[in-house]
Amino acid sequence: MSEAEAYSFDADMRKANRKKAVAERSVIFKIKRCDGPGKPTRWESFKVPIKEGANVISSLNWIAANPVTTSGQKTTPVVWDSNCLEEVCGACTMVINGRVRQSCSCLIDEYAPLEGDTMTLEPMSKFPVIRDLWVDRARLFNNLTRVKGWVPIDGTYNLGAGPKESHDHQQMRYTLSECMSCGCCLEACPQFTKEEDESKWDTSFIGAHAISQARYFNEHETGKKLKSDRMDTLVGEGGINDCGNAQNCVKVCPKGIPLTESIGAIGRSATVHAFKQFFQGKK
Amino acid sequence: MADGKRVIVVGGGLAGLAASIRIAEAGVAVDLFSMVPVKRSHSVCAQGGINACNEVARQQGYSEYQHFDETLIGGDFLNDQHPVLEMTNWAPKIIDLLDRMGVPFNRSHEGYRDLRLFGGSLFRRTHFAGATTGQQLLYALDEQTRRFASEGKINMREFWEFLWPIVEDGRCVGIVAQDMRTMQIQSFRADAVIMATGGCGLVFGKSTNSVICTGGAASRCFQAGAWYGNPEMIQVHPTAIPGADKCRLMSESARGEGGRVWVPSKKGDTRKPKDIPENERYYILEERYPKYGNLVPRDIATREIFDVCVNDGMGINGTNQVYLDLTHKDPQYLTEKLGGIMDIYEKFVGDDPRYTPMRIFPAVHYSMGGLWTTYTAGDYQPDAPLTEHKPGNEIPVGTEPGLGLKMGAHNNAMTNIDGLYAFGEVNFAYHGATRLGANALLSCIFDGLCNGVSVVNYVREGDQTPASNLDPSIFDNATKQEQDKHDKLINSTTNASGDRSLNPYQIAFELGEEMNSASTVVKTGPGLEKCLSKIEELRERYTKVELGDGAMWTNQSLSFTRVVGDMIILGEAIAKAGLLREESRGSHYRTDFPERDDKRFWKTSVAKYNASSGKSDIEFVDVKAGLVKLRPRNYGKTDSGPQKTEKETVGAS
Ligand SMILES: Cc1cc2nc3c(=O)[nH]c(=O)nc-3n(C[C@H](O)[C@H](O)[C@H](O)COP(=O)(O)OP(=O)(O)OC[C@H]3O[C@@H](n4cnc5c(N)ncnc54)[C@H](O)[C@@H]3O)c2cc1C
Ligand code: SF4
Ligand code: SF4
Ligand code: FES
Repeated sequence: MSEAEAYSFDADMRKANRKKAVAERSVIFKIKRCDGPGKPTRWESFKVPIKEGANVISSLNWIAANPVTTSGQKTTPVVWDSNCLEEVCGACTMVINGRVRQSCSCLIDEYAPLEGDTMTLEPMSKFPVIRDLWVDRARLFNNLTRVKGWVPIDGTYNLGAGPKESHDHQQMRYTLSECMSCGCCLEACPQFTKEEDESKWDTSFIGAHAISQARYFNEHETGKKLKSDRMDTLVGEGGINDCGNAQNCVKVCPKGIPLTESIGAIGRSATVHAFKQFFQGKK
Repeated sequence: MADGKRVIVVGGGLAGLAASIRIAEAGVAVDLFSMVPVKRSHSVCAQGGINACNEVARQQGYSEYQHFDETLIGGDFLNDQHPVLEMTNWAPKIIDLLDRMGVPFNRSHEGYRDLRLFGGSLFRRTHFAGATTGQQLLYALDEQTRRFASEGKINMREFWEFLWPIVEDGRCVGIVAQDMRTMQIQSFRADAVIMATGGCGLVFGKSTNSVICTGGAASRCFQAGAWYGNPEMIQVHPTAIPGADKCRLMSESARGEGGRVWVPSKKGDTRKPKDIPENERYYILEERYPKYGNLVPRDIATREIFDVCVNDGMGINGTNQVYLDLTHKDPQYLTEKLGGIMDIYEKFVGDDPRYTPMRIFPAVHYSMGGLWTTYTAGDYQPDAPLTEHKPGNEIPVGTEPGLGLKMGAHNNAMTNIDGLYAFGEVNFAYHGATRLGANALLSCIFDGLCNGVSVVNYVREGDQTPASNLDPSIFDNATKQEQDKHDKLINSTTNASGDRSLNPYQIAFELGEEMNSASTVVKTGPGLEKCLSKIEELRERYTKVELGDGAMWTNQSLSFTRVVGDMIILGEAIAKAGLLREESRGSHYRTDFPERDDKRFWKTSVAKYNASSGKSDIEFVDVKAGLVKLRPRNYGKTDSGPQKTEKETVGAS
């Protein structure tokens, strides 16, 4: 499957649903809830009236204003994470009808087109739940620090322009730069497992997101200066060798980041890096 | 660090991150507070680009000074002039810095930074990274912040909500904040506090802003005694996609890349857009403004679209929508230049804008008003203010730092409260009565880089007692004040069905509806008076608001309910200043006072919170000008087009 195909693999289903969507209907939201770390989980259902253009967030807003379950029980508003509502901040990731994606761009018409259809919302399973649909993704950001995800500039004073870059190279880097740290790729990855113990983060699998970001910085003229440090991390424990190449990551990435390409590129760099380490007597 | 001085930065958008980096680099410790991981701040939404003079434009007669002049005429002369001059002078250097940080700016075929056209200018002076410029800039600063954080120079406090500035003897010495997960309320000491908390779109209900852009933090500073400048100056963006939960922006770059705004010339023409021939389309902006065409400034484009739909009833199929058409451009070109926003439209509407014209309508977008700040003017002090600057004219002033603002002066971008600064969208100074497209990102980063130095100097050189030596009771009292407010809200939890009219979501909804209809595109005296009495009703209901969640863990309803109270207070100042400003200027358009009235209102409106009434007192004070002379702002409007009514030509004044 090519990257473009992978990204749109259920697009036909969604498009077809959109065509048959009934105006003025109600949809059942089945939501997995949890009051906090260590608390039991439970399911609650809500009957939500759907207006034109409704998405998961507008439905959760409706529930917040009308927090009564289908069995007539008054409950608390559901807790979730969101900000931009246009699929660019990465906050609102959830597992919707069994598949991880952004909830703000999830149109109800595409998933529950008919009266009484069900939408199932669950928090991501690879990160600790804070409450309801909100999870703690601190580890995901920590992994960016592991790969030194920055360009080591000399400082913020005025020193003239940055390195010149060809049009094509910029286009390639731009594609990588759109990654919004949403974590969909980690949720889908069989090798990335939940780790609540912070002291183990630096040796647990780093995931496709950080691998691709490492490539992004390695591709910058100044960013390159830290390539060797990045590769030390990526050939080490929890690095690229843990990737089983299942390619689930690329299929769920909402930004169409070419993750398998990045994994391939970093894999090749890793081979070179290992050789260098060997000849420099580091390993 | 060595001297134990600390600066608190509230907000991790472009302004807050630029400030944090600059201050940490100078060796002063930074505590950075944000309601969201900083990488998810609202700045990530910016699409179109960032303005700066550049070599290509320069050789065609453009200059930093021309950029300065454009910003003032764009802002209808309500901007503070000196900071704008300093900002436009810094702009090319800021682009260079971002470039060094690795921002993937679009490139020409030879490998130079590509440029695009944007509203309010006839020169290509907007730098961009696809149609996600804000995302790319925010990430570059986020990465540098991560670098400093990993070295222990910036202390990150993400998922912490700012509640109150601690003011002791007229000086800000810290803040009270709440951990949004554990709900713990705590005071933090600081030798200076920078507010970089962005805009207030949510006061208007649905807007193009992110969900945390409530203006709550600014409102709390206002209630604590900080002044608020030009609250009535709210920008409504001409082109947004109306939606169920928010209005998604269709960037001005769509027009910059050739997008044309039109409606069928025949009222109620139900044909598909593609079936309507060229000569039966009314290209609203091109016909009314032949010189700038689709690239007139935002307030003008907004009013014309509004006029055509609401007054002339010529919207598509009688709805409040017009076409924004790019289908005449090469789809491949559109993908490369505008891919990000093309995707948004397709994702949320379902049509591909490369082949079908988009349907758009104006939506609240940006707040020019914000916390009032002061400064020390720099070395450029002309004997008399200059007239309009034309491309190729002699440039009256250089571009080195310190001409607009005195570099590092302690009071640059400081509010009326000593030690409390305001950077970015929450600052009122730069954009006057309308912001030019792609000038906001610039002002945010400029504030952080330039005025960050002022904060460092204030903290280092000022003779005030270090915050670490102040009496602990100051901080304990502040914590208690906020804890009490919090507990009162928690105690309002209802388990019965409750009175729907006291539901915080309902109150916020009604506030948004009222503000949107009375205080945006077209305002009138009676409309604003009605709006103010509605606000009074909401304020009354809010005192009995009922919280739907009593949890002491990650209680989002609490945070929302609290901020609804703050939004009501800010809304009152916005509507009242709009009522008292009996003129039309920039984004502020009063049908009952359609002309700009420089005699009475070439003035900044300054709102001061009156704690006894719970309302604002508005004063009008002279704009800090002296560099450029007032002139009319009309962007070469002509009267043309079908069914043109006889009404006053808006925008020309
Ligand atoms: C859709 C859209 C497109 C735009 N496109 C452009 C463009 O192309 N060019 C341009 O120049 N401008 C553009 N703008 C405007 C520009 O994006 C904003 O003005 C700018 O990003 C604001 O940045 P900021 O740093 O001031 O605040 P923000 O980025 O809004 O950040 C605010 C920060 O404050 C924090 N915060 C808020 N309240 C609290 C609290 N109570 N406690 C703790 N933290 C808090 C938030 O967590 C966040 O980190 C656009 C705006 C929108 C809405
Ligand atoms: S390719 Fe690697 S990173 Fe991607 S899902 Fe498979 S194991 Fe995970
Ligand atoms: S690579 Fe894609 S799925 Fe993974 S974090 Fe980035 S944007 Fe999300
Ligand atoms: S809310 Fe930002 S990605 Fe969905």
